[in-house]
Amino acid sequence: MKTKMQTDGLDVFYGEKQALFGVDLQIGANEVTALIGPSGCGKSTYLRCLNRMNDVVPGCRVSGRVTLDGEDVYDPRLDVVKLRARVGMVFQKPNPFPKSIYENVAYGPRIHGITHDRDELDALVRDSLRRAGLLEEVEDRLNEPGTSLSGGQQQRLCIARAIAVSPEVILMDEPCSALDPIATARVEELIDELRAQFTIVIVTHSMQQAARVSQRTAFFHLGRIVEEGETTKIFTNPDQERTQDYITGRFG
Amino acid sequence: MIEALWGLLPLLAGLGFVLGRRRAEQLAAEGDVSLNSLPQHYGQFVLLWAAGPPLALLLLWALSGGTIVEGWAAASLDASGLLGVDQRADHVLSEVRGGLSSLDGAALSEAHAHVERTLDRARQVLGLSVAAGFALLAAGGLSWARSRVTPGLRARNRVESALRAGLFLSSCVAIATTIGIVGSLLFEAIRFFGLVSPAEFFFGTEWSPQTALRADQVGSSGAFGAVPVFAGTLLITGIAMAISIPVGLMAAIQLAFYAGDRARAWVKPLLEVIAGIPTVVWGAFAALVLGPRIRVIGESLGLDVASESALAAGLVMGVMIVPFVSSLSDDALNAVPRSMLEGSLAMGATLSETIRKVMVPAALPGIVGAFLLAVSRAIGETMIVVMAAGQAARLTANPFEAVTTVTVQIMMLLVGDQEFDSAKTLAAFALGLTLFFVTLALNLAALSFVRRFREQYD
Amino acid sequence: MTSSSDPQRLDRADARLRRRYRAERLFQASGVAAIAFAVGTLFLLLGTVVYQGTGAFVESVAVLPVALDAGALDPDGDRSPESLARGNYASPVREALRARFPEASGRREKRALAGLLSVGAEYDLRDFVLAHPEAIGTTVERPLLLSDDADLYVRGDVDVDVDESDRKVSDAQVAWLDALVARGQVERRFNRRLFTSGDSREPELAGLQGAIRGSFLTLLVTLLLSFPIGVAAALYLEEFAPRNRLTDFVEVNINNLAAVPSIVFGLLGLAVLLNFLGLPRSAPLVGGIVLALMTLPTVIIAGRAALSAVPPSIREAALGVGASHVQAVLHHVLPQALPGILTGTIIGMARALGETAPLLMIGMIAFIVDLPTSPTDPATVLPVQIYLWSDAPERAFQARMGAAIIVLLGFLVVMNGAAVALRRRFESRY
Repeated sequence: MKTKMQTDGLDVFYGEKQALFGVDLQIGANEVTALIGPSGCGKSTYLRCLNRMNDVVPGCRVSGRVTLDGEDVYDPRLDVVKLRARVGMVFQKPNPFPKSIYENVAYGPRIHGITHDRDELDALVRDSLRRAGLLEEVEDRLNEPGTSLSGGQQQRLCIARAIAVSPEVILMDEPCSALDPIATARVEELIDELRAQFTIVIVTHSMQQAARVSQRTAFFHLGRIVEEGETTKIFTNPDQERTQDYITGRFG
Repeated sequence: MIEALWGLLPLLAGLGFVLGRRRAEQLAAEGDVSLNSLPQHYGQFVLLWAAGPPLALLLLWALSGGTIVEGWAAASLDASGLLGVDQRADHVLSEVRGGLSSLDGAALSEAHAHVERTLDRARQVLGLSVAAGFALLAAGGLSWARSRVTPGLRARNRVESALRAGLFLSSCVAIATTIGIVGSLLFEAIRFFGLVSPAEFFFGTEWSPQTALRADQVGSSGAFGAVPVFAGTLLITGIAMAISIPVGLMAAIQLAFYAGDRARAWVKPLLEVIAGIPTVVWGAFAALVLGPRIRVIGESLGLDVASESALAAGLVMGVMIVPFVSSLSDDALNAVPRSMLEGSLAMGATLSETIRKVMVPAALPGIVGAFLLAVSRAIGETMIVVMAAGQAARLTANPFEAVTTVTVQIMMLLVGDQEFDSAKTLAAFALGLTLFFVTLALNLAALSFVRRFREQYD
Repeated sequence: MTSSSDPQRLDRADARLRRRYRAERLFQASGVAAIAFAVGTLFLLLGTVVYQGTGAFVESVAVLPVALDAGALDPDGDRSPESLARGNYASPVREALRARFPEASGRREKRALAGLLSVGAEYDLRDFVLAHPEAIGTTVERPLLLSDDADLYVRGDVDVDVDESDRKVSDAQVAWLDALVARGQVERRFNRRLFTSGDSREPELAGLQGAIRGSFLTLLVTLLLSFPIGVAAALYLEEFAPRNRLTDFVEVNINNLAAVPSIVFGLLGLAVLLNFLGLPRSAPLVGGIVLALMTLPTVIIAGRAALSAVPPSIREAALGVGASHVQAVLHHVLPQALPGILTGTIIGMARALGETAPLLMIGMIAFIVDLPTSPTDPATVLPVQIYLWSDAPERAFQARMGAAIIVLLGFLVVMNGAAVALRRRFESRY
């Protein structure tokens, strides 16, 4: 396994309250890593450390080491804007901007100055939508507002928006929790396809989803990693009893 | 005499309450039937009947008594034949009301004396009848209500219904106020448009109401073209908006996204203080401090600046409206879901890019609503312009000149003026009507923007 | 797809990033500048007011021996208050000054000398004599109020380098005042008159008592009308109103009234209250009614907010023990909401206290010396007094205006402070 991102001894505090305790985890390149665990166990907090989205939370303090390709993400010289262009994010609730479908996808390329002319931008927008499996559905209404789409389509629009800036890692925070089963299946398929080009970290509440889409799984409990490893191993033969209990639904 | 009746009301109410309650208690003690409501409810029931109708009578008298008395006197004067050919009963009346004593000629004083006599008599007669009515209503209501007190009477429900009716009537005061405003403005404005054509008023470019001293001169003088007044209002409003919109919006953005808790805790109350300072104080500041200073600065730059310039008034008005714009914009920006902010930041946008390209566009309907309300506020603002802008109606876009506004003209036309039927005073109502409908339209538009905005994110 | 390996492109991206950060800093700086501008203007205003107004809290008197001649002060010779009230107090005052400066001769010089003192000096002397009739026949040291111009000179607000004809204080007067100051015969003391007397044509005699009383009476009428009606309307709309078009119409009306320019309420007062109903002009009664109509939407909106903040569980608990809807609301919901309603009412009252335009329309602009005692007396109010003094030609009135502004702002601070304290005290209950 080639390591894309890695955390060593990651502690996170919200004011006085500690949310993560010395989390060590390696995230393999071109793999889907699933983070599972009961609510409030710190998996979303962990995810938000990877692209420093915790920076915008007042009173949040991070210590320990997070690296991307061996580079320290929390290095003060590192530019958070650049980091987030390399580590994209998809949120729990679809959050398309109140703009047209086209503008939603074009937003990232525009602010980062990725394309040089309109044709190039058009091509990039269409390509991103295609790769998010949305192009066919929206091809003839690119100028309609993104909010006019269904929930599942909105979430795929957000994925298209994320991949339009060619990130290396995509973080997904329970991306299917607001979707119906059919839309969920569609997004899960998409995640599997995207694995070829991107490293994906996904937080999920659904054990089945973790089992379906991920190659590796980390089980969080009370701000610590209880167990992590190959998904098949975690789900069939976990080392820890707590993992076993959680997976079989005895708590959480 | 009437004043004494007001004093009687609480006594009457207390009497009604005591009588009603005692009767109910007696009933309860006599028979073995149980009362439908508590004794105090019966007391309240009788109280309402004893004091309510007399109170209504007194209110009616307070509102219309003066008019009735004067109408009586005017009619009697008309019938008396004491009026000269060029005299009108209402003029004589208003002179008597104003306590004018400089009368010349026997016929004049005859008429005035007649009016004073009739007024006295009318007051006496009507006052007596009101007192009689008061006594009748009070006694009748009291005894009737008391006779109705039986164990089966659902006194509490009756009292509560009356209370609900009272609450309903209170909420109708708002409607009555609106009707009063629209009615009085329309009534006087229609009289004005009988003297000056609406086309001339709305499209004429010459405004000099002070020259038109008598109603019959107006038609020919053409002095009621309100375009320069509207233009002056627009100029000052424009200057105020040029200050308050950017400053207010940027302040809101700063507070909503950049400022720390400590800074917010200081700045927000300070902005509220700006809004809380009375406009007359801002006006004094504009007229006595800023106006002369702008003039000095302008002159040192070789500009010709009037000491009552549109700039001074507009600038101060702009600052005064800043907190209005900023708090409404702040609300609008905070109503945008935080997921928008995070979504954009997670794309690698800087905070300012996120604000400019995502948050402000998302909050735009709310912000536009805030701007419209601010415009409406600026147009209706009076004291700053009365004190710091000029009175001369001038068609100009030069902010260094003195211009006049709708509110200034309303003030100038009406303050200190007792006569109420010249085109000059009526013009103020035509201006007021225009002002009312323009601000109403702006408010309704703003409201619909804000409502649409809220629905988007609810 | 990954482009970060392309070095040229990376350089371009860096240049672009620098630009983006510059824009970020500029944007933030303009936000700070906006706030600084608004707050700076506020401080400029407050600073100017305090600078201008503090002077008016102090008055200047010349302390001179005054011979209280029985012939002039007590025409009937019986020391009765009636006789003393008719006495001639101008001449002892004039004589006191002439005795101090015997060199002043000729009509013009004598008049200039008398011009140093305010007519208030005579009134003060009369008050003194009425209180101390036994002093008649003796010579007493009395403080004699200086005129507004002499007062301005004493406080150093007159530029003596200006040509004599262009200033209000002549060279001779300057010399006399300098002599008085040099001998320590000019005293500066707290200006009690500012708070005890009504308006006056003489700046040094003008006070705020009339305006403060007028404001008080006006606000009293406003409160007595807007609070009960406002609370009743809020109760109806929040608790009892059926959802129908009439209710919607009432709500739309209230929201619109809240945004109607205040001058329009003045027009309403003029047309309906004064001309149609014939209520007295310039009276706090009419001003109070107009301001009540204006304040009503504020009270109703605040009242509804406070009522809707009461948790439904309280209402349900009351209904659950058999209270009627009206009883549940009156006994349980209303008391809970009362602090919030009061806060809103105080804020509405504070706004009404600062309101000027509608009161000018109903004639509260008249020059009134007598102190109002009832809501139907002609009166003026604090903000109108500020407006009147801002317009007065005498320079000393500007300091009076500043003082009036300080007093008005003081009242507003107290009222808003009370509202904030009330809110703090009760807000954390649920």
